[in-house]
Amino acid sequence: MTPVAEEKDTYRQSFERFVEAGRSEPDWLRDRRASAFGRYVEKGLPGPRDEAWRHTPIAPITRAHWEPAPPADEVPKEIRAAASVGSPGAQVVLVDGRLSRELSTLDHGDDAFEVHSLLEILGSRPERLEPFLGRVLADRANVFAELNTAFAADGVVVFLSPGAIPKEPIHVAHLATGHGSHPVSYSRVLVVAGKGSEGRVTETWSGPDGSVYLANAVTEVVVDDNASVDHYKLQREGQQAFHVATLAARLGRDAHFADHSFNFGAAISRSDIDVRFEAEGGECVLNGLFMVDGSRLTDTHSRVDHARPHCSSRELYKGVLDGSARGVFNGLVQVRPGAQKTDAEQMNRNLLLSREALVHSVPQLEILADDVKCRHGSTTGQLDPAALFYLRARGIGEAEARSLLTYAFAGDLVHALPVPLLRDAVEKHLQAHLQGAALVKEAVV
Amino acid sequence: MLEIRNLHARAGNKDILRGLDLTVRRGEVHAIMGPNGSGKSTLAHVLAGRPGYEVTDGTVLYDGRDLLALSPEERAREGVFLAFQYPVEIPGVSNVYFLKAALNAVRRHRGEGELDAVEFLGLVKEKAKIVDMDEGLVKRSVNEGFSGGEKKRNEIFQMAVLEPSLAVLDETDSGLDIDALRIVAAGVNRLRGPERAMIVVTHYQRLLNYIVPDFVHVLVDGRIVRSGGKEMALELEEKGYSWLEKEPAEAQP
Repeated sequence: MTPVAEEKDTYRQSFERFVEAGRSEPDWLRDRRASAFGRYVEKGLPGPRDEAWRHTPIAPITRAHWEPAPPADEVPKEIRAAASVGSPGAQVVLVDGRLSRELSTLDHGDDAFEVHSLLEILGSRPERLEPFLGRVLADRANVFAELNTAFAADGVVVFLSPGAIPKEPIHVAHLATGHGSHPVSYSRVLVVAGKGSEGRVTETWSGPDGSVYLANAVTEVVVDDNASVDHYKLQREGQQAFHVATLAARLGRDAHFADHSFNFGAAISRSDIDVRFEAEGGECVLNGLFMVDGSRLTDTHSRVDHARPHCSSRELYKGVLDGSARGVFNGLVQVRPGAQKTDAEQMNRNLLLSREALVHSVPQLEILADDVKCRHGSTTGQLDPAALFYLRARGIGEAEARSLLTYAFAGDLVHALPVPLLRDAVEKHLQAHLQGAALVKEAVV
Repeated sequence: MLEIRNLHARAGNKDILRGLDLTVRRGEVHAIMGPNGSGKSTLAHVLAGRPGYEVTDGTVLYDGRDLLALSPEERAREGVFLAFQYPVEIPGVSNVYFLKAALNAVRRHRGEGELDAVEFLGLVKEKAKIVDMDEGLVKRSVNEGFSGGEKKRNEIFQMAVLEPSLAVLDETDSGLDIDALRIVAAGVNRLRGPERAMIVVTHYQRLLNYIVPDFVHVLVDGRIVRSGGKEMALELEEKGYSWLEKEPAEAQP
């Protein structure tokens, strides 16, 4: 048996067990799971010949035999600590993909929006999910997202009623325990923002450094007409972990969607972002910072689909790579025929802190309309030696000077974060990973 | 305070300093003049420890210690200050807080306590007056979007805050109009004192009308070919450098 066939067999056995587990799921969901799994069987896991994975060797993910993570009896303290964001708003904690009632605060005293366990709502009101679950992804799913659709049993569903404006962001913490041998967890988040609503959702991922696990996550976001959703992601998986995540959003008329993404952890992380304008007047902001060292790899593939006219998109991704780390940024902006007055900007800037670090930056524009404004660009460089010398010549040590310049490079993405808890967490991470950064922290504007 | 003996230095494959001797004592202001390419800026950079310059021979003693063995930051903490000819723009780094980090690095090195934000901002207010520095500039990113004059003022402002023992001013006058030059020179003069030595590198005699040096040296082909008092600057202004370029090196006193 070839390794690929074996792999399919493992997932197939898992899927058979999953189906046999006799969940009381509605037919539409069974069908969606079966077809998603069918597409996985048909396509197989990606290899080096797949264009979308060309610079992302994921053999460590495709070769391993991943077993669904066993239910955690008890959540270890240190992981529990990582879960707590200390937020005044609704907070949902998923442990290995399962919602922990004990750690979550779903009740928030505001009738204008709801936060549910996916598992529970599938049991009680599945019809509310039918128009959305898996439908935002639609045909955009990569194989890992298909597997998520096939397997994800629990997760979070957020409904914002029309006009709802929750005061506090809704936090979703994805925690891995690393228990079991090669555990894989599937977590699913669905956000449905009704007309004219405005919400903020933060998602954080973390897990133990010593464990090899796979986190497979899918987040679907529906932004109805004139609604606004700001989504934030902070990925700090364990150093040996693997993280594959898909974020898909579709926007109604005059809708706004923003994603601010921080990828710091995992041995290999891959994020696919897919935004589709389905009506005129939409606006989308995609910002991101990835920072990896050692021999780790991080990959972001984004696609902004200007399917309708008069929409604007702004994308800024920055990468900081040290050691022999690898980074991939692939950003596609598509302007469909007739999507006139599209206004799209995309920029990727990378900072290489060592000679061995490498980044593949592929910004792409695909323009099929003739009255549009589109710009894109990509820069990759090292710390400016003149700036480094300038700081040292004023008495700042070399390590601190490097940290200061690195911090400053990432600074605009960090300072712009309007969720203080998240901004603090990101700043703390930067300070912990940049030598002497605490000393020079306040010098970053 | 500073003793430079037979200094040879190269940048890349090019020999630039070829046996430079210079002695600077506390309280003195020395002007280094010379034609383009004579090695003036190289001297300034070698003293500050800029990477990319290789000292191939000679010694530099600073308060009796081997200056060349120190890293740029160690030199700065020991009281050596270079006012850059081309101050670097550093987006995202606060002018004032970068300076606070620098000052506190110097103070730690001297075994003095660090200044807190309130003490530091008080100091900044006081020192900004010396060069008429706008508080708005103080708060911006380091040199970002500053005019040429503002950048040079910022250098002198930093010098005022860091209070070095040896200041090396690398063509601080170049590119300045007369008003900016006056302000910068007045700032420098305010910082003159018996404990502080200055080396003022300039291409133009004009600066020396405002910063009156104790000694003037002419650098040609990497060596000091002539030294004298402040009146020599006028002579140079009148005659140019070409007559000196032909003189043998032995002519120096």
